[in-house]
Amino acid sequence: MAGIALAIGIGLAITGRRLSQNPDTPLEKLNALLPQTQCAQCGYPGCRPYAEAILSGEADINQCPPGGDATVTAIAKLLGKSAAAVNPAYGAYQPGRTAVIDEAACIGCTLCIDACPVDAIIGAHRYTHTVIRSECTGCELCISPCPVDCIDMVPLNTAARAA
Amino acid sequence: MSVPVITIAAPDWGIRFGHDAQRHPDLMLQTARLPDRVRIPLQQHIGSEARPLVQEGDRVLAGQPVGRMDVNRLGAHVHASLSGHVTRVGTALVPGRRNGLAVDIQSDGLDERWPGFAPHSQPLRLSTAALRKAVLDGGIVGLGGATFPAGIKLNRGGGVATLILNGAECEPVIRCDDALMCHYTEEMLLGAQIMLRILEADSCIIAIKQDMSSAISRVTTSLTQLADDRFQIALVPPVYPIGGEAQLIQLVTGREIPSGGLPWDSGAICQNVATAAAIATLLTKGEPMLSRIVTVTGDGVAAPANFVARIGTSIESLINAAGGYTQQSAGKLMMGGPMMGVELASNQLPVTKATNCIYVPGNQELTQKSDAVACIRCGDCAAVCPADLMPQLLLQAQATSDFDRLEQFGLSDCIECGCCDYVCPSRIPLTRQFIHAKQQRWQIALEKRRASKASARITARDARKQREALELEQALEQQTHNVTTAAGARSALEALLERTGADNSDDQS
Repeated sequence: MAGIALAIGIGLAITGRRLSQNPDTPLEKLNALLPQTQCAQCGYPGCRPYAEAILSGEADINQCPPGGDATVTAIAKLLGKSAAAVNPAYGAYQPGRTAVIDEAACIGCTLCIDACPVDAIIGAHRYTHTVIRSECTGCELCISPCPVDCIDMVPLNTAARAA
Repeated sequence: MSVPVITIAAPDWGIRFGHDAQRHPDLMLQTARLPDRVRIPLQQHIGSEARPLVQEGDRVLAGQPVGRMDVNRLGAHVHASLSGHVTRVGTALVPGRRNGLAVDIQSDGLDERWPGFAPHSQPLRLSTAALRKAVLDGGIVGLGGATFPAGIKLNRGGGVATLILNGAECEPVIRCDDALMCHYTEEMLLGAQIMLRILEADSCIIAIKQDMSSAISRVTTSLTQLADDRFQIALVPPVYPIGGEAQLIQLVTGREIPSGGLPWDSGAICQNVATAAAIATLLTKGEPMLSRIVTVTGDGVAAPANFVARIGTSIESLINAAGGYTQQSAGKLMMGGPMMGVELASNQLPVTKATNCIYVPGNQELTQKSDAVACIRCGDCAAVCPADLMPQLLLQAQATSDFDRLEQFGLSDCIECGCCDYVCPSRIPLTRQFIHAKQQRWQIALEKRRASKASARITARDARKQREALELEQALEQQTHNVTTAAGARSALEALLERTGADNSDDQS
């Protein structure tokens, strides 16, 4: 048993090291251009998987709505491709938004906490949850799991003023 | 003793405005009536907003702090400008920003002073540390328009040999520094001596524009009486924007501030003449910035004048004091001069520490910028640019949002003076686009920071998920081991008994 644990530990350490970012690899350079919202609108589970898909030729460079046309241009420049606009099939560019939980309506189910890719929601079972605004990337992944539909996306400056 | 005077030769950049633009060379200095109510914005400086110290209903005295700036943050304290009652603390329309916190005070007409700032008859005998603290406590900021906190700028300690007092007011219509040098000469010189002491600097150059004859004679007379050999006068040519900090330092000292560098890197620092006077008033009278001189001018007002106005006075009341609007008024209000001023949204906005001028242009004075045509590559903009940039190339890079090239062409060194707009034969509003590019660049940097933070958080979350999966697997492994081996089963049973036994004894006790 201890042997198995050790084997898994070593395995994790190796993958961890392989994943640890050498910023000069093409993958890291490409990933750095992406907005890191982890919103999955591109059809891949996060920014890094999308970057991998672009490098393998599987995905097109215009599938990232949160990055907007500026990101497509930057990727095109990096890869020496011709620039294009974001493909509207994947969504529209909506800059600077953050999720806000209506704390009066929240039932404390923790589903949004599990969905948040950047751990920007705090709360506990049967206690009201709240979004840490400075950490929210506006990916909207918390919206659909909410059973009482109490999460809204609001523009960042409005959120700051309401706070 | 005669005062050393140096005459600065005209630079090869900038704009000489004709006499037409200077129709009101000598404006009267008047003291505006004590207002019935003031609105004190909690951010009247570069940096962040001060924290309110008062609540609705509180009685405040003139000079009492109403906004506090945290230590180690860029900003300045804010003080009540008259005595009375706080009627509201909340967000309001403030100049220079869309919305900001402000404290509204209804005057009680007594104008009672707050006793917290002690007046000193001999401020030059105070220690450097005490002087520094006073400038910080008094919320003194640079009064030339940029409102950089003076306490922070003076806190450079060492390395600064020369203090330049900037009286080279160069926007065509502004006359507040001119008035200050004529009417507050002694305060200005005392303030300069205090700053020299704080900086441990050994010379002070007072830069005055060559066409300000009365200011030159007043300052010369006062300097002769003062007989302090650290002072010199530099007569600068009437070229716009010669009062720009970097431009003035370069012309007066001959040392250029490197691109991306700060003024004190050149061994000199520049302070506005009004800032010096404000420091002297603070120390000799115990008054932090209660008021400042505001020029109210333009063809749109009947009787242009300079006013000593309390901070927080409404702009409307100053315009009324200047005889109200004329028939020719273009229906626009600017804070600052015609070249760099910002348009104000309402005449209800308050005067702040930054309000050097309220410019009410007439119909004739407004330049139309809506009919811009294509750039013809004449290069006139490059010839007048005081920062030695090539605005035509910056414009081209801005059109394609090419931030690498914008940086390469020196976007950061643009001082937004508007000379390129003024000379452009195609009437292209260049400066506005450069300001926009700077904001965009700031936004991009912000998004980059957010992205790298998000990236770190998702990496941490993935690692945690993996660790949790591993721990779950180990726990399952342990349970399987327990039920499949005899020894494991026995130890599990013992552990269970021990736990329930302990629970029982707990219950009995």
